[in-house]
Amino acid sequence: MQLILESLFNGVAIGSVLLVAALGLAIVFGLMGVINLAHGELMMLGAYSTYITQLIFKQVSFLKPFYDSYVIVAIGIAFLVSGTVGILLERTVIRRLYGSPLETLLATWGVSLILQQFVRSVPLAYGSGLVIALFFGLFAPLFISDDLLQGAKGKLIRASTWGFSALLGVATGGILSSLVSKLSRASARNVDVTAPSWMRGGIDFVGITFPKTRLLIILITLISVLVVIFFLDKTAWGMRIRAVTQNRPMSDCLGISTETVDIITFGIGSGLAGVAGVAVSLLGSVGPNVGGNYIVGCFMVVVLGGVGNLLGTMLASFSIGIMTDLIGAGRLLTIWPEMPSPLYSTIDFFATTSMARVMIFALIVIFLQFRPTGMFPQKGRMVES
Amino acid sequence: MNIFSTKKSWINLTIWVVIIALIIATPSFLPVFRLNLLGRYLSLAIVALGVDLIWGFTGMLSLGQGIFFALGGYCAAMFLQLNSSGEFPNGIPEFFGLYGVEKLPFFWEPFKSSIFTLISIWLLPAIIAGLLGYLVFRNRIKGVYFSILTQAALLVFFNFFNGQQKLINGTNGLKTDVTQLFGQMVGSEIMQRWFFWISAIFVILAWFFARWIVRDRFGNILIGIRDDEPRVRFTGYNPVIFKTIIFSIAGGLAGISGALYTVQSGIVSPQFMTVPFSIEMVIWVAVGGRGTLLGAILGAVFINYAKSLVSEALPASWMFIQGGLFILVVTALPEGVLGWIKKGGLRKLLFLIGINKKLETYPSLEINEQGEVKS
Repeated sequence: MQLILESLFNGVAIGSVLLVAALGLAIVFGLMGVINLAHGELMMLGAYSTYITQLIFKQVSFLKPFYDSYVIVAIGIAFLVSGTVGILLERTVIRRLYGSPLETLLATWGVSLILQQFVRSVPLAYGSGLVIALFFGLFAPLFISDDLLQGAKGKLIRASTWGFSALLGVATGGILSSLVSKLSRASARNVDVTAPSWMRGGIDFVGITFPKTRLLIILITLISVLVVIFFLDKTAWGMRIRAVTQNRPMSDCLGISTETVDIITFGIGSGLAGVAGVAVSLLGSVGPNVGGNYIVGCFMVVVLGGVGNLLGTMLASFSIGIMTDLIGAGRLLTIWPEMPSPLYSTIDFFATTSMARVMIFALIVIFLQFRPTGMFPQKGRMVES
Repeated sequence: MNIFSTKKSWINLTIWVVIIALIIATPSFLPVFRLNLLGRYLSLAIVALGVDLIWGFTGMLSLGQGIFFALGGYCAAMFLQLNSSGEFPNGIPEFFGLYGVEKLPFFWEPFKSSIFTLISIWLLPAIIAGLLGYLVFRNRIKGVYFSILTQAALLVFFNFFNGQQKLINGTNGLKTDVTQLFGQMVGSEIMQRWFFWISAIFVILAWFFARWIVRDRFGNILIGIRDDEPRVRFTGYNPVIFKTIIFSIAGGLAGISGALYTVQSGIVSPQFMTVPFSIEMVIWVAVGGRGTLLGAILGAVFINYAKSLVSEALPASWMFIQGGLFILVVTALPEGVLGWIKKGGLRKLLFLIGINKKLETYPSLEINEQGEVKS
């Protein structure tokens, strides 16, 4: 009993990292049919944001008393950072490629290469300065009234907001690099995020210790999922997003600005990748390649769960998580030692984390033989569906 | 009919003579290091041809060609290891001793035979590709789904090969450069020269083979599948068979390519199955021009050559350049360089710089604001 509970907990913990990472991917894929191969790198940006936030809280004197709460601040910052980069990506690259998903795949892969190398060869301080400049440059026009943005004067105002944001970015970069010496030099080395004191250790419950970091990650995932469900189900923009997911041309005809919907969705999806990055940074060290370790799991979740269905995404990530733990940690063997010997030796052969992936992939391919479009396929009357 | 009767045939013949002369002469003026690199890139052109067949002609973007590439490499490497491990304990390759393996795993047994190896280098990847492809295509999984599945498959194979120390030496891979073939070290200068020639010949053979495939009705159906698969199905063809066959052919080509690459790079390891390498194969084709066979070959050779030159000079910048290349080629140059030239891109460029005059297809009419034609 205890074993089963422990295994279940571990499975849910692995699954919740997968879920928060795959959530953004699945929403964007459902809406635009675009698989974002740079999703892992957006997670990486989120993880680095956590690291930078932590350093700032450590070094800046007036923030020091609040050091313990940096994780919560980091979640917000990571969301904004990844969301900003995501929106920029949508505006500059992906927008040109709607209707050709394979090309998008290649282009986003290119973006992921650039982001990886960017983190390696640009000092983190100036990198964050650049993100801040982008953030204000992209969002400032939203707060200026439309009348001012018309005509030749409008162009001048737009240009000046970009100039102002650029100055702000340079200033932030300079201040950060002088304040926090660790951020002033570029490095390809992995960095570590230390958890605040209240997150260390575990909680004992019916004889099992639940590590607090894992519990926090489950909590983060739970909140993200609830917020996303609330947003999609209860708000006006959520409704528009669902409408465009179901039928883009018809929504367009009915006066929904699909372009804005795309921007919002991509921003939220990328922002969720950032939140996933916070979770990832709490589990291990952070490096330029950190996203790659999780991205394939996310793909499997999307393939297994079906398109544009939150329930499918959730079920798929938890079942993959639990399977990974059951097979990969060899827990199935301890739970059920008297299973028939050929089965025992087969499962024993797959009892490492990497081999568990092999097994799960095989199971997914078998599953797809029966349900080719995932657990909860989208129903439609097109030839293709 | 005399095939040399037309002017075009003469041009063709001259081109071929030049190419063959170049292939024969290259080793004499290129230092052995560069020659080896060029040989490797030529062998990569074969896998690029396969990618072109499935992506450029059939519209299936596989991000997992590394699987078949590495399988071919492993076949070749194991054959070489088995045939030069007589003096090691138990007469099996040295690395087995590290993990306490005393008997050769049964599935390596046939690889002692050279004929079996030469066949399995292309047949084994082709069979696995066909099997995987059939299971996927049967369910009409395509587009992005197919791409992610192949990528996941690639990672799975990577994990499998990485984890199996006792069977295939895991992460370390199999070395070939210190093995013997025909009484010569595989890594020696003479052997490398021969491998260069063999690679060059195989590129030409693979090109002829691919051209033969795409020229006939079979090729037309492939293009039909690329452009409108449901319509092909409604016309009475079964796309599954065609997709499986072409995917399996591409797998076989990847296997040959991997074997040639392995003997020239001196090692095969799970690194051949990493995600970036397999996606790079796609970009060679994309830059060269998908749907043009020559483009795949030129793309593979030139991009790899550029990669090695840039990485030698500015190691950090290659990732930026490569990333930029991915974005540029899909947004600005979707047909690739060769496709762009075929569509008259060169003439447009010359016109832009002002060298050429714009061709006038019909007299242009000037219209005034009232919509009347000015005289």
